[in-house]
This record gives sequence, C-alpha cells and structure tokens, in this order.
Amino acid sequence: MSTLDQPQTIAFPVPSGATQEKPGEVQDIVPAFEAQGVWRLAFNVFVQNRLAVVGVGIVVFMVLFCFAGPLFYHTNQVDTNLANEFLAPSHAHPLGTDQDGFDIVGRLMIGGQTSLEIGIAAALIATVFGVLWGAVAGFFGGWVDNLLMRFVDIMLAIPALFLLLFLAVAFPRNVFTLIIVVSVTAWLIPARLVRAEALTLRTREYVQAVTMMGGGGFRIVLRHIIPNSVGTIMVNATFQVADAILLVAAVNYLGLGIAPPATNWGAMLSDGTTYIANGWWWLIYPAGLAIVLTVVAFNFIGDALRDALEVRLQKR
Amino acid sequence: MLGYIIRRVLQAILITIGVTLIVFILLHVIPGGGVARNILGPRANAAQIAQFNHENGLDQPLPLQYLTYLWQLIHGNFGFSYKLNQSVSSLLVQYLPKTLLLLGLSYIVAIVIAIPLGIYQAVRRNKPDDYIFTGASFVLYSMPVFWLGIILIVLFSFVLHWFPAEGPQGAFVTDDLGQLSSLVLPVATLSLVTIASFSRYMRSSTLENMVQDYTRTARAKGASNSRVLFVHVLRNAMIPILTLIGLSVGYVFSGALITEALFNYPGIGYIFWNATLTTDYPIILGVIVVTGFATVLGSLMADVMYAIADPRVRYRRA
Repeated sequence: MSTLDQPQTIAFPVPSGATQEKPGEVQDIVPAFEAQGVWRLAFNVFVQNRLAVVGVGIVVFMVLFCFAGPLFYHTNQVDTNLANEFLAPSHAHPLGTDQDGFDIVGRLMIGGQTSLEIGIAAALIATVFGVLWGAVAGFFGGWVDNLLMRFVDIMLAIPALFLLLFLAVAFPRNVFTLIIVVSVTAWLIPARLVRAEALTLRTREYVQAVTMMGGGGFRIVLRHIIPNSVGTIMVNATFQVADAILLVAAVNYLGLGIAPPATNWGAMLSDGTTYIANGWWWLIYPAGLAIVLTVVAFNFIGDALRDALEVRLQKR
Repeated sequence: MLGYIIRRVLQAILITIGVTLIVFILLHVIPGGGVARNILGPRANAAQIAQFNHENGLDQPLPLQYLTYLWQLIHGNFGFSYKLNQSVSSLLVQYLPKTLLLLGLSYIVAIVIAIPLGIYQAVRRNKPDDYIFTGASFVLYSMPVFWLGIILIVLFSFVLHWFPAEGPQGAFVTDDLGQLSSLVLPVATLSLVTIASFSRYMRSSTLENMVQDYTRTARAKGASNSRVLFVHVLRNAMIPILTLIGLSVGYVFSGALITEALFNYPGIGYIFWNATLTTDYPIILGVIVVTGFATVLGSLMADVMYAIADPRVRYRRA
C-alpha cells in the first residue's frame, strides 16, 4: 500500500509538480539518498496541496485558541452565574453565554482542550497498540496471525458506538477513561492495515537478510516492518484523530461523556440541543463549527499525507 | 463458489459467537457496581439482592452463565429485561423493524444519490462543480451526525415548518409507515453522511476505471462516451461500492443510534442507549448480538457479492 514498499527502486516516480519546479534538484537527491529523498518528495507533495496547508493552519489555530487562548481571554468557567444565563452575543460576551452563565468563547477554549486531548491521545494509543498487534500478526503468521486477527474481526463486528457506550457507562467519567475507551474501539483498523503491510514486507529480501544475520522476530517487527509501514500508519493515525473527536462528541451528546464542570465540544452541543426551539443559535453553532473545522482539517491532512506518502495514488 | 460461501458463513457464525463471548466477559468484568444494586436501587437489602442474583442466574460461575446464555440464544431466547418487564426477543421484534426501516430507507436514498453523484464528479473532475460537491461531502463527512440532525431540525422544522422535529412514534413499524413525513428528517440525517462517503468512493472508483486499458480499448473500437461510461466503467466501478455497502453496516448502525436518540425514535439503538444507562444486561447483550450479527452478515454479503461481481476474486481464493 505504501511508497515505502519499494525503497530500493531507483526509478522512483517523481510527482509531476515537483519536477516542473526543480527538476534537477529532485533527480539528484533521489538516487543518492533514498530515505531522505522519499521524505523530501513527500514533503514537497504535501506542501503543494493547498487543502493540506489549510488543514495544518486550522489545527495550529485550534491548538493555539484552546491552549493559549485562556491566557489572554480570561473567563470564569468554574462558578455558575444564573443571572447571566442565555445572554445573546454582546461586547462583553462575543458569543453569548450558556445555560449556566458561562461565556461561550471561554467555554469553547476549555471544551476544545478536552476534545483535542482526547482525540489526539486516543489516536496515538490506538495507533501504537494497533500497529504492534498487526505487525506481530502479519510477520509471525500461522496460528499467531489467526488468533490475533480473529479477535480483531470479532471486535470489528460490534458497531463502534455500541461498544463505546457500554464501556463509557461502566467507567468514571473523566478524560483519561474516555481516552482509553475510545482507543479500545479505534485500534482495530490500524491493526488490520499494518498486518496487510507486514504480510508483504516479510517476504522482502532485506527482511530475509536480517533473519539470515540472526535478527530475532521482534527486532524485525520493530526495526524493519513497522518503520517500513510508516506511511500507512501516519495516514491512518491522522484519520483516527478525526474519528476520535467525532466519537467523543457522540458519546458526550448521549450524556455519557465528561462530568461537569469540565466540558468538551460534544457536551456543549448536547446542552445546547435542549434549547434548539428557543432560537439561541450561539448554543448550537459555535461548538458544532469547532468540531467540523477540526475534523475537516485532520481529514485534509490525512488525504494530503496519503497523496504524499503513497506514490501510486498520486494526483489524478 | 458454493464451498467459498459455506466457509464464509461458518466464519460468520463463529464471529457472532465470539461477539457474544467478548461482550459477555466485558459486561461481567467491567466495574459497574453490582447489577442487582443498580436495578433494585440503593434501599434493597442483602436478601433481595441475593434473590435477584439467584433468579437471574448471576450467582453461578461465569463460564456456566455464559454457556447457559449461549444455549438459550441458540433456541432463540435472548433473556428477559431486568427493567422493562418484557422479554428481549419481544423488544427486538417490536423495535428492530423500526431501525431496519430507518436503515433501509437511508441506504436506498444514499445509493440512489451517491452513485450518480460520484459518476458526475468523476466526469467533471477538477472542475468547479466537482470541487463544490467534494467540499460538501468533506464537510458532511466531518460533521457529528447529531449536529447535522440539529441543523436539519432547525431549518426544516422550526424555520420552514415542513417536517416534524420528532421521528414517528407508532407502537409498531406498520404505524410508522403512516407517518412518512416524520421519517423524512431522520432518514435525511442518516443518509447525508452515508452519501458523503459513498460518493467519494464512487468518484475515485470511476476515475480509476476511466484510465484502465479496457476503457481505452472500448473507446478505440468506437464505443460512444456514454456507452463506455455506463456500460464498461460503471459495471467495474460499482464493485468497490457493493463491498462498501456491506462493510458500512456497523458504521451505519452507530449513526442510527445517534439519529434515533436525536429524533426520539424508539429503534434498537434507542433502547440500547437506555439499557446502558440502566445496566439492563440482557438488552445490552441482545442488541449487540443482533447488530454484531448484522455487521458480520454485511461483510459476508460484501465478500459474496464481490466474488460474484469479480471472477478474479473467485478464482484466486478457490
């Protein structure tokens, strides 16, 4: 699936865009330094994708907004103030206030912190775990593969949200457990992808060479199989962040997320839904837009990474 | 071919049994504070809790409980709800058709819209209208299902007053069929997300086939553009979509759960949601078994259809 299937090939397909701009440079680099060339090429393709740059911009903005924002924009997000509830947007509260009198802009910041933290942490844990699982299954094959992958099949047969819900009920409602619960449902896809990669990689000459030199199974998995599937892994990890943010929002919408006064974008939407008939748009749209923007951004980045790292799929 | 199908069916049954095992273990090892305590309330005494546990077989060893459950399941008995004073089978009979109605309608709507849309985008690739549709599907795909639903409710229910904000509330699915206007928004919510992903696949699948050798050959032999597109390309481009439809069953069930919760439509997603809140284990297990089986069935159908549509798969695996 990935570019890195063929690191030794000399005739590396050069993306059309890159050749047009600096033909000499690209062709000089590729045969001399394969590893560097692959990443340089990937970077070039990635940067040329305007949507990807927009995606990175949005993510950077969101991270700054959520984590650095509260340093400049001070709001009280702990004490409810019912005298201030449901205020329409005004100079004091640019996006109004919610049912507890919290300022929405400030709420978006702390809600975004949890959403981003859970999304990114869950994607990372799921990816690391899934990658190890899939690489071991694919490389060792035989009954190990059968056992590990049948387990993945079984877990995949349970619709994600159903699994997530009944796990979410059982555990205390905080950021840490949500991260774990989301990653429990999310590691299956990377496991499958990496297993497929490992199946093709294990027959490569360089892997056989390592075996011949006495390299053990786990050394091959960690030093050769996984690094050579890194394209697939990165692409999938980016999509995982997007999916995790959506899943967390869904769980919070169903009332099984984070306990107040902590919040996240999904929980904000959930609270706002109660009042949709009142026409208080600032309870519904800002948080929803924040989710959509962030998820779209991660999807853009994922798509661009795929274009950049999986040469066979390059620009159609 | 028949051998292949039989092998896959056996696999599907094994996976469903695996689903029951895993969910059963999870239900009994995760910390939930005792089931009996949750059901009977804080004022129940030890004797009442012991009686509840005994009546529901919860005082027996876990492996025995599991085998009993499996044995009953084989005989079509899903157990008895702790809270609703109703057997899980009767709940499933009442509510599963409602979910299937929702799923069926939104699949139909999604397929009818997404496939022509994907082809259109492939033909008009990298033109402004392709970008607009791609952008729209990107946004839809990245939208929380419930937020999409809320926007539809605000727009079509509160502002325009076209459709009710709530799903049909009939006791049985036949009653719901009489309230088609209340089904519009739930079906639209669920299908819009599906359209977004299906049309993206259809677009790239059509593009992929438009540059194949056989397409060039067909054109070289004098076939018209529309003949090449709708006879040669379409048939091949549909193959991945067939698979996608089968594989998306689990994903769409998750979407249905949220849609049912949002539109207060009592399908199995909705009763599952309530069951998780009240730790009603028999319902949780029953619904997961059914949705798990449907998901497995979906991927089985995907594989079989793939093998029927694409002989190369059949020969390779045989």
